[in-house]
Amino acid sequence: MTKVSFTVNGQAVALSLDTRTTLLDALREHLQLTGSKKGCDHGQCGACTVMVNGRRINSCLSLAVMHEGNEVTTIEGLGSPESMHPMQDAFVRHDGYQCGYCTPGQICSSVAILEEIKAGIPSHVSADLNAQPRVTPEEIRERMSGNICRCGAYSNIVDAITEVAGRQA
Amino acid sequence: MKPFTYERAGSPAEAAAAAARVQGARFIAGGTNLLDLMKLQIETPTHLIDVNGLALDSIEATQEGGLRIGALVRNTDLAADARVRRDYALLSRALLAGASGQLRNKATTAGNLMQRTRCPYFYDTNQPCNKRQPGSGCAAIGGFSRPLAVVGSSEACIATNPGDMAVAMRALGAVVETVKPDGTTRSIPIAEFHRLPGDTPHVETALERGELITAVTLPPPVGGTHIYRKVRDRASYAFALVSVAAIVQRDGTGRVALGGVAPKPWRVEAAEAELPRGARAATAAILDGARPTHENAFKIPLVERTLGAVLAQARG
Ligand SMILES: Cc1cc2nc3c(=O)[nH]c(=O)nc-3n(C[C@H](O)[C@H](O)[C@H](O)COP(=O)(O)OP(=O)(O)OC[C@H]3O[C@@H](n4cnc5c(N)ncnc54)[C@H](O)[C@@H]3O)c2cc1C
Ligand code: SF4
Ligand code: FES
Ligand code: FES
Repeated sequence: MTKVSFTVNGQAVALSLDTRTTLLDALREHLQLTGSKKGCDHGQCGACTVMVNGRRINSCLSLAVMHEGNEVTTIEGLGSPESMHPMQDAFVRHDGYQCGYCTPGQICSSVAILEEIKAGIPSHVSADLNAQPRVTPEEIRERMSGNICRCGAYSNIVDAITEVAGRQA
Repeated sequence: MKPFTYERAGSPAEAAAAAARVQGARFIAGGTNLLDLMKLQIETPTHLIDVNGLALDSIEATQEGGLRIGALVRNTDLAADARVRRDYALLSRALLAGASGQLRNKATTAGNLMQRTRCPYFYDTNQPCNKRQPGSGCAAIGGFSRPLAVVGSSEACIATNPGDMAVAMRALGAVVETVKPDGTTRSIPIAEFHRLPGDTPHVETALERGELITAVTLPPPVGGTHIYRKVRDRASYAFALVSVAAIVQRDGTGRVALGGVAPKPWRVEAAEAELPRGARAATAAILDGARPTHENAFKIPLVERTLGAVLAQARG
């Protein structure tokens, strides 16, 4: 067993874990934060997306013991049913899901891509690498391609993100 | 996953020494390739050396006018670096064409160079595979070989190197810097970094046991129009069937490296003299000696057409 401490949604946690435990399993099985989902467990679907030190990652492809001192934010840290994050609210109003399994990962990614665009990080579809990227449906689709939705809620997800981006601008 | 012990390395030389000392030790950086393979027990390290704490995460100008990219610079940060976007757009483009936003946030320069093949039989532990289990045979030869190599392959293995970043680095003439377990350092030109399979497909790079990548150096910018064109089964988040990394100058001369067709980023410098004569002549020279299977013979005309499109785009 190896000790590790980090913060999750602002709360300090200290765990003693088998080194094989992924960050996703630590969150779900040890901290009972079951919002983050396990879809593929191989970095292919994005259901496990969380923010670490402000950047989105696939928590299934990261060992918990490698997060000493990090700040982890999960869907539970973005908002609650009583006090939703604007992105959660937009997903509800735009029907950005059907079964909801991919949704926590989609929402974490959605929040992150708007930050990434704001920070000027280009994407595969940015025509000019040196210009400030814009929030277009094409940019949203490309940046969200690491989040798969089996129910095919994609177009409503793009609408939800577009609305939140418009409100922020 | 098989059980393993874990340590955080204190310095590059210590990491290399530890990797040589402990049988079955491996470095772990972003973990996005290694952990994937560990879950499938294709990789079974007994000890992981976490290199993330080593201060190898900056991009610095070199005295020669190039850039020195630390081994731990994340793919997102490398693609977004203002100097890379301006002077080495090919590299930004290749990185942005790979994986997903989440993965690029974790994936490192060194880990990306070291990523292993996506041959479906390498991933299936029920199948013979000379790369995974030397001497067991190759299920891909005569099997589902559509995604696999058309050139540079051998009787033992027809896998491709699946990466995008390394293809751009090959065209740019990058150099891989390392430290060995005895503390000595060396520089390996990217052309010599990845190995052809021959009869030892499990030996994939020039690295010796325990040798740690510390940086990748880019020579001074060469100008020209930089284009990375990736052809894949989906518009995003898929490995290349074929990719073309090109730097084309105004007079029609240039450099080309290919991804998705060979066990390593494929560049034939002598063939580049054909570029001003067009895609057909250049492709014939670059893929000279190609031995495709009936399932992946389509990659040869696909390279020609993709290169044609790239050259047309470069002419503007
Ligand atoms: C779903 C999915 C899609 C993907 N799509 C693409 C794609 O389209 N294009 C593409 O190019 N890639 C793609 N990738 C692969 C991705 O780019 C690699 O997983 C990533 O670059 C590996 O970097 P890492 O830092 O996470 O490496 P790790 O997983 O940490 O390490 C990989 C290997 O490198 C070794 N290593 C790490 N650091 C060093 C060092 N400093 N010195 C020596 N050895 C070292 C490790 O021991 C290990 O063997 C995809 C991956 C996934 C999971
Ligand atoms: S092509 Fe190479 S990696 Fe694929 S099964 Fe054959 S030996 Fe293994
Ligand atoms: S569960 Fe992590 S990407 Fe699918
Ligand atoms: S809402 Fe069902 S998988 Fe996306």
